[in-house]
Amino acid sequence: MLDFKKNYFELFGLPVSYVVDMDRLATRYRELQRVMHPDRYASASDYERRLSIQGATQVNQAYETLKDPMRRARYMLSLSGMDMSADNETTKDAAFLMEQLELREELEEARGKPDPYAAISELMGGINRRINSLIGQMAVQFETGQPEQLEAAKETLRKMQFLQKLRDDAESIETELDEVL
Amino acid sequence: MALLQLSEPGQTDAPHQRRLAAGIDLGTTNSLVATVRSGNAETLPDREGRHLLPSVVRYTEAGVIVGEEAKASSIEDPLNTILSVKRMVGRGLEDIKSLGSRLPYHYAQERTAVPRIQTVAGDVSAVEVSAEILKALAMRAEETLGGDLEGVVITVPAYFDDAQRQATKDAARVAGLKVLRLLNEPTAAAVAYGLDSGSSGVHAIYDLGGGTFDISILRLNRGVFEVLSTGGDSALGGDDFDRVVAEWIMRQAGISDDAGRSMLRQLMHDACAAKEALTRTAVTELDVDLGNGARWQGLLTRDQFNELVDPLIKKTLGPCRRALRDADLSREDIQDVVMVGGSTRVPRVRELVGAFFQTEPLVEIDPDRVVAVGAAIQADVLVGNKSDDEILLLDVNPLSLGIETMGGLVEKIIPRNTPIPVARAQEFTTFKDGQTAMAVHVLQGERELVTDNRSLARFELREIPPMVAGAARIQVTFAVDADGLLSVEAMEQSSGARASIEVKPSYGLTDGEIETMLRDSFEHAREDVEVRRLREEQVEARRVVEALSAALSEDGDRLLNADERKQLESALAGLVALVEDQDHEVIRKGIQDLEKACEFYVERRMNASVSQAMSGHKVDEFE
Repeated sequence: MLDFKKNYFELFGLPVSYVVDMDRLATRYRELQRVMHPDRYASASDYERRLSIQGATQVNQAYETLKDPMRRARYMLSLSGMDMSADNETTKDAAFLMEQLELREELEEARGKPDPYAAISELMGGINRRINSLIGQMAVQFETGQPEQLEAAKETLRKMQFLQKLRDDAESIETELDEVL
Repeated sequence: MALLQLSEPGQTDAPHQRRLAAGIDLGTTNSLVATVRSGNAETLPDREGRHLLPSVVRYTEAGVIVGEEAKASSIEDPLNTILSVKRMVGRGLEDIKSLGSRLPYHYAQERTAVPRIQTVAGDVSAVEVSAEILKALAMRAEETLGGDLEGVVITVPAYFDDAQRQATKDAARVAGLKVLRLLNEPTAAAVAYGLDSGSSGVHAIYDLGGGTFDISILRLNRGVFEVLSTGGDSALGGDDFDRVVAEWIMRQAGISDDAGRSMLRQLMHDACAAKEALTRTAVTELDVDLGNGARWQGLLTRDQFNELVDPLIKKTLGPCRRALRDADLSREDIQDVVMVGGSTRVPRVRELVGAFFQTEPLVEIDPDRVVAVGAAIQADVLVGNKSDDEILLLDVNPLSLGIETMGGLVEKIIPRNTPIPVARAQEFTTFKDGQTAMAVHVLQGERELVTDNRSLARFELREIPPMVAGAARIQVTFAVDADGLLSVEAMEQSSGARASIEVKPSYGLTDGEIETMLRDSFEHAREDVEVRRLREEQVEARRVVEALSAALSEDGDRLLNADERKQLESALAGLVALVEDQDHEVIRKGIQDLEKACEFYVERRMNASVSQAMSGHKVDEFE
C-alpha cells in the first residue's frame, strides 16, 4: 500500500531536483510496479485489487510527472506553492514571440513542400533543440530555489508551453498527411 | 480442516495442484488457444491435429457449428455463416457499413445500439458470435487438460477502443469464462519472444492480422515489458489485401459490382488463395468460376500484387512513425522488429517494414501462434502458477479519452499512450442559475471534432445542488484500468454531494442483456446456470482459503500479533466450514466476510512489499 502523502520524488526515493536521473527513475518505476500492479493481484480479493489499482495509478501519475520536463516543472512549482494551472499570463519576450511566428509560418509552408515529412521532421528537430535549451535554463533556475529564480522558471515554462503547442500542431499536420495517403 | 494444516508455522506449502488457465487469441480470421504445460507454452490442436480454428460460426436450425466445418459452408450458406465477426465487435451498424468490406448479412431492423444479424437460429449479436468461438476454444482446452479452466487471458488488438474491449469481455462472460486480463496482442507477442531470447532493449512489434493492424514499441528489462507507445488501425488487415485482389479480378474478368453474395465470397476465397500462393512463388494462376458455366482465367504476378497492396502497407507506416514519436525515439533506437499476424507472411510487408525500421524483421516464431503463446504465459502467471521468470506487463491506453465541449469540440482528458491504470479528474461547472443536471459525452480518438471521434458513452450528472451559474464545482474522474477499460465517477466539490451518473454505452450491452444471453447460451448447452454458479463459488472459496493459508505461513508471524492471528484463523475456519455448502449465496457471503476480516492484514502485507521493494534506496544515498 502506498503512502499517498509522500511527494513524487520521495515515492521514487529520489532527491527533489529538476535534474532527474532518468535511468534511475525508470528502474524505480519498474520496482514499484512489480509490487503494486493489479496483475500481481489478479486472483486476490476485491479489496486488495482496489488498493493495488490505486497504488499503481499513483505510481503511474508520479512517473508521468517526473519523466516529462514540463510536467515536472509545473509539479515542482506547485511544491513551492505556485499553482500554474491558474496562470493566465503569457511571455512578454518579444524576440521569442517573433521567432514563434516564424516557426509557425515555416510549419504551414512545410505542408506544400515536395517531401513534407522531411520538412516537418527538420522543423521538429529545431523545436526540440529549443526545448532542450529551455530545460537547461530551468535546471539552473530551480537549483537555488530563490523566489526570483522560481519566477524566472515560470517564465521558462510559459515558453516551453508555446513550443509544445507548436510540436503538437506539427504532429497533427503529419497525421493529416498520413490520412491523405 | 486439513487445509488449515497448511498454515502451521514452519511448514511449507503442500504441492498444490497446478491451476488450469489458457491464453486465447480471438482473431479476425483464425483463433487459437494455448496453455503452459510442464513449463512449455504451446497452442492446442483439435482432435484432427489442427491448431487454427477458423473464426467462423454457422447458425443452423439444428444448432451452432464453429470452425472448419462452418467455413466450408460459407459459400453455400453466406447469410447464416458469420465470418470476421471481430470487425463488428463493439461497433454500431453505421461503422460496420463504412468498413468497406462487403458484408452479406441481413441486420435486424430494431432500434438497438448493438446490431443483430438475422440467422435461421434467430438474431445474434457480434458478442454472441464471439462467445461461440470462445466456447469452442475453451472446450478444446478443457478436454485436453482434463479439467475446468480457472481463468483465461484473451488478446485484443492494442488499438481496440473501449467499446471493442468491453464487447470482448462481454463475449467471455456470455461464454461463461473468467477473464484474468485482456492483453494487447503485440504485448503478448513480445512476451512469447522475450522469454525465448531473454533479450532486453527497445523492440517494435508489427502486428498485421486479418482485420487489424497494431504497432507497439516496448522496452524489455529483466522480465518487465513496458509498452512505451502503441498505434494502429483497427480496420486494416489481410482481408483488405484480399479485397483489392478480388476487385482487381472483377475488373479483369468484367464482373459487375452487384454480383451475388456467393460470387463475392468465392472471389474473396480466390483472392486469398492467390495472395497465399504469391508468398511462395513469383506468379500464380487464377481460374474463376463466373457461374453460368463460364470461367475466367488469368495470371497475377508478385509485382502486380505488390502494386495493389502497396498503398495498404504504406498506410501502416504512418502509425509506426507516430508510435516512435510518442515513445520519444527514432528508428535507430529500435533493436528489433518482431513480425506478428498471418499477413506478415506477405514478402512485400516484410520488405517495406524492414526498410522503414532499417533492420531485418524477426520471424522465428510462427506469426499465427505467437500471440496465443504469449497469452498463455501471462495466463499462467496471473492464475497464480508461480514461475521463476516473474514477468510484468505495463501497458498504455491506445487512444486519447476526452469529453465534448462547446461547439462540438473534444477536450482531451487522458492522452493516448498514458501508462495504465490511470485516473484523471476534470472539473466542470454549471452555466445556468439553479442548474441541477448536466450531460457529459465521453469520446475516444485523436481528432478535434466530436463527429470524427468514437462516441463511448453519454451520461448525466444529476442532483447537483442548485447554485448560481459557475458556482458548482463538479469533479469528474475518468479511470482506465489495466485492461484498458474506462469508468467514470463524479462528485460536487463544494457540497461533497455525489452526483449520480448513468453511463449509457453507445455501442455496448447492458448487464441485463448479457444476463439474458448467458441464460440463453446455457439453455442451449443444457447446463444449469445455478449449478455453474455454485461450482464457481466453491472454487473461489477454496482459492481464498488457500491464499490466506499461504500468506499466514509466509509472514503471519512477522506481521501479526498472537491475537490478530487467532482472529484471522478463526475467520478462516469459518469459510472452510462453508466450502461444501450447496447455496452459492451462502458461500459468497462467507468469502466476503473473510475478506473483510483480512483487510488490515492485506494492507500490512502491501506496505511490507512496498518497503521491501524500496529498501536500500534512501534519498540520502545520492546526496
